[in-house]
Amino acid sequence: MSASLLPVEAGSGRAPSSLIVTRSRRPTTWAGAVGAGGLVVLAVVPFLASQGFVNDLVNLFILVCMATMWNALAGYVGLVSVGQQLYIGVGAYVVLVAAQHGVETFAAVPVALAAAAVLALPASWLVFRLSGAYFAIATWVLAQVAMLFVERFGSLGGGTGAPVPGLDGFGPTALLRDTYWLALGITALSVISVYLLLRSRLGLVLTAVRDNEIGARSVGSRVMAAKRVVYVLAAAGCAGAGAIIAISQLDVEPGNVFNVQWTAYMIFAVLIGGLGSIEGPVIGSVVFFVLQQTLANYDVWYLIILGSVAMAMAIWARRGLWGLFTAKVPLQLFPVGYYVHMGDGLAERRGLARLVLGPARAQPTSTTTDKREEP
Amino acid sequence: MTFVNALVQGILLGGLFALFACGLSLMFGVMEVINLAHGDLAVVAAYVALGVIAITHVPAVWSFVLVVPAIWIFVLVVPVFMVGGYVLQRLLFQQALASGPITTLLVSFGLSVVLENVLLEVFTANSQSLNIGSLVSGSVQVSNQVYLPYLSLIILGTAVVALVVVQVFLARTRTGRMVRAVADDREAAQLVGASYRHLFGVAAALAFGTVALAGLALGMYTSVAPSAGPSYLLYGFAAVVIGGLGSLWGTLLGGIILGVASTVGSLVDPDFGAMLPYLVFLAVLAVRPHGLFPKKVLS
Repeated sequence: MSASLLPVEAGSGRAPSSLIVTRSRRPTTWAGAVGAGGLVVLAVVPFLASQGFVNDLVNLFILVCMATMWNALAGYVGLVSVGQQLYIGVGAYVVLVAAQHGVETFAAVPVALAAAAVLALPASWLVFRLSGAYFAIATWVLAQVAMLFVERFGSLGGGTGAPVPGLDGFGPTALLRDTYWLALGITALSVISVYLLLRSRLGLVLTAVRDNEIGARSVGSRVMAAKRVVYVLAAAGCAGAGAIIAISQLDVEPGNVFNVQWTAYMIFAVLIGGLGSIEGPVIGSVVFFVLQQTLANYDVWYLIILGSVAMAMAIWARRGLWGLFTAKVPLQLFPVGYYVHMGDGLAERRGLARLVLGPARAQPTSTTTDKREEP
Repeated sequence: MTFVNALVQGILLGGLFALFACGLSLMFGVMEVINLAHGDLAVVAAYVALGVIAITHVPAVWSFVLVVPAIWIFVLVVPVFMVGGYVLQRLLFQQALASGPITTLLVSFGLSVVLENVLLEVFTANSQSLNIGSLVSGSVQVSNQVYLPYLSLIILGTAVVALVVVQVFLARTRTGRMVRAVADDREAAQLVGASYRHLFGVAAALAFGTVALAGLALGMYTSVAPSAGPSYLLYGFAAVVIGGLGSLWGTLLGGIILGVASTVGSLVDPDFGAMLPYLVFLAVLAVRPHGLFPKKVLS
């Protein structure tokens, strides 16, 4: 990523030193401000809204958190996991075990995240031996094994599961409120951590792998290390979702927390919203959730419809709703790429960057913008 | 003696797993497609047969005859699935293949979830089994403790026949050789006039035929529920990996190893019987990721 690679045509009369590199075409401070404001608004929702609505939002946050993590895996490093329910289950069961041993329930949540991250290291050693579809199925097998393993412990309720102790002390309103804030916090943390990861030096490797893995390898990127970091992050994030599920449902059942249905939710939300962007999973989760609520009286038809839509999107609209939208409106809420501008002196002095159209047109550089080459 | 019996039953059960693995192996060998809806499609086959039986009452009429109703179902369901496989390949998987291997994976996963939930809507979550009369209970007694159920013998035999048919089709027939040519080098095969879309459809039809056989065998061997698909996908896949990718006979051996793991594990307790095949798979993965009998048969 070097600005000097950009063609500076003769006649522009500008030296390469007047190039300005920014994260986005337009300043996005406003987006950050809106985001922070949105978080504050969401944080006070429990004081304003009905319990049913707050509970709905908890479920939406769980979905956003899971979808964000699955997108980090599949959208950036090409790891299609169908076994993320492994970490949902690990998160839920760590909370259960800790609570059974007298740990304050909410204090057990960070432990759940850490435990999943630690478990993900040896797991990654095993599943990274396979790639593509074989990786996908191996992750699924791991989740199955974990479920069958956990069911062998009578103290955890065996196959029927057990209630999470220590939640009786809360009043129902206070418990819902705390659960809501926990869900909001973990979900915000998951989105922000993926955002910061993509803006880091490693993020450059990740976007390069997304665009062309062989190309990324050939220029010496440490692709395996990058994949492992994302896998561990996704494990922790899904364990966070699992911990919220355990606390909000008040009990942990192996057939529920280790169900592949969670991964189906993640995949459908990401495919509908858009693979390989931060905004996509959030939007897809909202669409998923709204449809799920609308069709709540029609059993599992929502899953059949969402699954069919997701399949169609995967084939004909790879970048999902967000991709269709940004094709029309060049908007980036989470700028993770770089843009190179021709700066005029004024903008440089102000420390501002703006797009200057001139003989040497400012162009988004290829590897890190969203102009991805379709396969 | 219980152990010997478990061993024998395991080998027979391996036939069922190998039958699941056969179609997976074929689809991967030719199109490099892992169809995550494989298990669910087999369950669909079992439910189609159940539906046919419910509508026509054929086995009730014929239940005094051993095999006739079973054959009747096979004659109906297997060709329907083969046609379905061809159509599904041309309409869905081919589109997905065009946009990359990840898309095929995601589309087949979506299909798996959709199929499972459609079955749930139509047939409820209750498990049912294909009643084929006295064939289920009959067996050959070898000794005091060891007996060979007719059904298990037939399933193992079917698996062997299916593997042989696939092998012979790919090695001896003109279409089979063209399928292999397309699998090896699509562009070169197209240059000499092979239509890869059609040939992929033919391979999918064959694979779906084995899927239907596996589903019917499953429905007779035990009971099926809409949620049964994924675990048989995983067993079938594990058999493919243990046997070595692309090796059809390795696949049969892989199925038998898993079957033995399942029945021997069940001696400890039934849950362990479900878990041990997975552990064997993970162990093989850790030690020999290319399988126990790596061999390139298809290409």
